[in-house]
Amino acid sequence: MSAGVGVNLENLWIRFGDFVAVRDANVNINGGDFFSFLGPSGCGKTTILRAVSGFLEPSDGKVLIGGNDMKGIGPNKRPTALIFQNLALFPLMKIWENITFSMEIKGASAKERRKRADELLDMIALPGQGDKLPSELSGGQRQRVAIARALCAEPDVLLLDEPLSALDLKLRQHMRTELREIQQRVGITFIYITHDQGEALTMSDNIAVMKAGVIDQIGDGKTIYNDPSTAFAASFVGENNVFRGKVKRIMGEEALIQTNRSGELVARISSANQGRMKEGDAAMMFIRPEAFALAPAGASGDHFVTAKVNHEEFEGNVFNIFMEGDGGKELKVSIPNLGQSFEDHTGQNITLEYETKNAVIVPAGELAAE
Amino acid sequence: MKNFTFMRLSLWVYLAIFFAYLLGPLVIMSATAFNSPSFPRMTPWECLTFEWFSALFQDERILNGIWNSILVGAGTVVLSVAMGLAGALMLTQIWPKLRATYYTVIIAPILIPGVVLGISTLVFWDRINRMLGLGADSFLSNGLFLTIIGQSTFIASYCMLVLVARLQRYDIALTEAALDLGATHAQAFRKVLLPFMRPALASAAVLAFLASFENYNTTTFTFGEYPTLTIELAQKVRYGITPAISALAFIIVVLTVFAALFNEASIRRKQLVAEARKKATVEELESGKLRLPGFLSSNAAAVALVVVACATVAVVGTATVYSPAQCIADVQEQKRLETEERIQELRRQRELRRQQQLEEQGDAAPAQTAPSTGSGNNSGFGGVFAPGSLSGDGEAAPEAEQEPQGNSSGFGNIFDPNALSGDGEDSGSGN
Ligand SMILES: Nc1ncnc2c1ncn2[C@@H]1O[C@H](COP(=O)(O)OP(=O)(O)OP(=O)(O)O)[C@@H](O)[C@H]1O
Ligand SMILES: [Mg+2]
Repeated sequence: MSAGVGVNLENLWIRFGDFVAVRDANVNINGGDFFSFLGPSGCGKTTILRAVSGFLEPSDGKVLIGGNDMKGIGPNKRPTALIFQNLALFPLMKIWENITFSMEIKGASAKERRKRADELLDMIALPGQGDKLPSELSGGQRQRVAIARALCAEPDVLLLDEPLSALDLKLRQHMRTELREIQQRVGITFIYITHDQGEALTMSDNIAVMKAGVIDQIGDGKTIYNDPSTAFAASFVGENNVFRGKVKRIMGEEALIQTNRSGELVARISSANQGRMKEGDAAMMFIRPEAFALAPAGASGDHFVTAKVNHEEFEGNVFNIFMEGDGGKELKVSIPNLGQSFEDHTGQNITLEYETKNAVIVPAGELAAE
Repeated sequence: MKNFTFMRLSLWVYLAIFFAYLLGPLVIMSATAFNSPSFPRMTPWECLTFEWFSALFQDERILNGIWNSILVGAGTVVLSVAMGLAGALMLTQIWPKLRATYYTVIIAPILIPGVVLGISTLVFWDRINRMLGLGADSFLSNGLFLTIIGQSTFIASYCMLVLVARLQRYDIALTEAALDLGATHAQAFRKVLLPFMRPALASAAVLAFLASFENYNTTTFTFGEYPTLTIELAQKVRYGITPAISALAFIIVVLTVFAALFNEASIRRKQLVAEARKKATVEELESGKLRLPGFLSSNAAAVALVVVACATVAVVGTATVYSPAQCIADVQEQKRLETEERIQELRRQRELRRQQQLEEQGDAAPAQTAPSTGSGNNSGFGGVFAPGSLSGDGEAAPEAEQEPQGNSSGFGNIFDPNALSGDGEDSGSGN
């Protein structure tokens, strides 16, 4: 998958006055990839996209598209098409005129435009709706029109700014698959922005996790999920339980952490931090709720955690137990429902165990806000 | 409950008074255009006539004034809307930080008296004209040019206010989307922003034209060889007013009503079409079989428009065949008779008075009562008056009675200038 046109950000800085919106971003996006920028609201995702599409000049550093420096090239000259956060369909044009706007610019005849519009409308499963106005479509339909309009310009890189955020859950999930399908069909590079980690994980080949203008980690979904390199990435992507403490001893790829609450625990140091952590460093250990298993009462050791149960809930596929955790946050455990019987533990102390390969250690850092 | 009905009643009364106040002068003015006396008046109604309309269309100066006003209006529309749009774009998109300052600067011309604008336009361009070493007949001292420039100084601000209101609802992302899809800035402007602004541009153009058409105080300094309608009216009014001016006012009122109804009707129609489209199914839209509502269906304004149009056609048709000559002749005949009667009456009175004086001079005091009572009866005043003051009163009474009639018979033109300035203003604001 490297047929398409790649995008590279080299030491990209973007400032608004004194405010740094993007700090020293370095990203390589392969041609034909579905690449996501994932981060909380206000972290600079849109800003990066605007720099790629040409609406913002970098304060420092470079944007390369297909290996060419884009400095001084306006948005209308770049091989990109942007799907705006609010879609920005032209309200006074009919759907078919909207879709083929890029052809009108090039002077195509109305007949050609109609024909192309009909093809694209078929592709987005809105056949025959070309004569409506954008205000006469539903949110999801508008969404698809925006995609068709961008694809009609035949860009090498399609930039999507949280295009699904306005849709309801059902439609969002449906559109995820659809977007991924479209991307695979047209084979061009998609750069996708989202603050929804589910979207990023399901659709992307690669993900960049951003926090306040800084790119924390770049990797494929599994890496980001299983092997986060910062406390922020670990806590932002998926649910995670944090144990704060200090590194007591480094043992190859693993380390023993003196935790604040749960004694000494062993875990794997995340790949990005191998060889970078020393004894005495403040560290954080993360264990996913589903990585815990119930252990016999009273068991202890460097991979057992004992805590008091606050409350429990039955979610259908899993059984959630919420326990007293570190720093006022609850410790969450999800036991898969395989038909076994559950007893109520509320108020009791219970003991959990985990496999050390499922627990990761990263240097102490800021956590994602809930 | 009673209180409530009272409230409502007084509200209606208030509304009636309010609208009478607003529209009364226009209605009266319009009516005078169809009455035959040569001074605009509604009572006494003499003859229905259309001659004032033909008089209007034969008045070279008025026609010329209208033509000049249209020229100036067209120029002002182009210049003001362009400047207003540029100003509005600056205000909303280019200099958002300097907004407040810039806004004040741009709005200032509206607050400056038109007279000052007129004088300063004249002085300023005269300076420039001299600096460039051009003569008094150069383009820069041309009345048309100066008037357009002078009026645009403040009309552009009005336009800008109208356009800013619309621009503030514009999503700049639309322009960006157009650019992103390969449009140049000019294309994005023409294909996306301009269509969005079209309704506001139309309002601004209408506003600019009306403001230009009715402007007097700026134009009065700048018109040069191109007197506009308001200037012509003001000059005419100095020498007396005829119902031809009412006729002009009436035409303007009718045109305004037409424009308002047309606008209303087309807005309503758009709504209806939008509703119909919303309800339409895909198949209907696709096959083009969607039945759009007829122009007149559930559209009161459209119906009113058609009715007014029919009425206009009917009136114009009547006017071409109708001749009030007979009526006017009758009225004149009647007036002549009245005048004769009055003259005779006056003569009789004078005769009486002379006799009375003779008696006074010749006779002793006791004889005074009888004849004086007689003379009092004669002139319609009973014996209430003290005999001594009678002769003086007797003189004043006929004169006072004559006053209104004098006007109608063409004697009392001394009163015209008074009435005239008031009416002249009416026609001005009617524009
Ligand atoms: N034109 C601008 N001038 C000043 N600051 C700006 C400007 N545009 C963005 N910012 C700031 O840059 C930061 C990043 O903005 P950005 O729009 O990229 O966020 P985002 O990650 O897209 O957020 P969201 O998910 O809410 O869309 C924000 O703190 C914002 O206030
Ligand atoms: Mg954003």
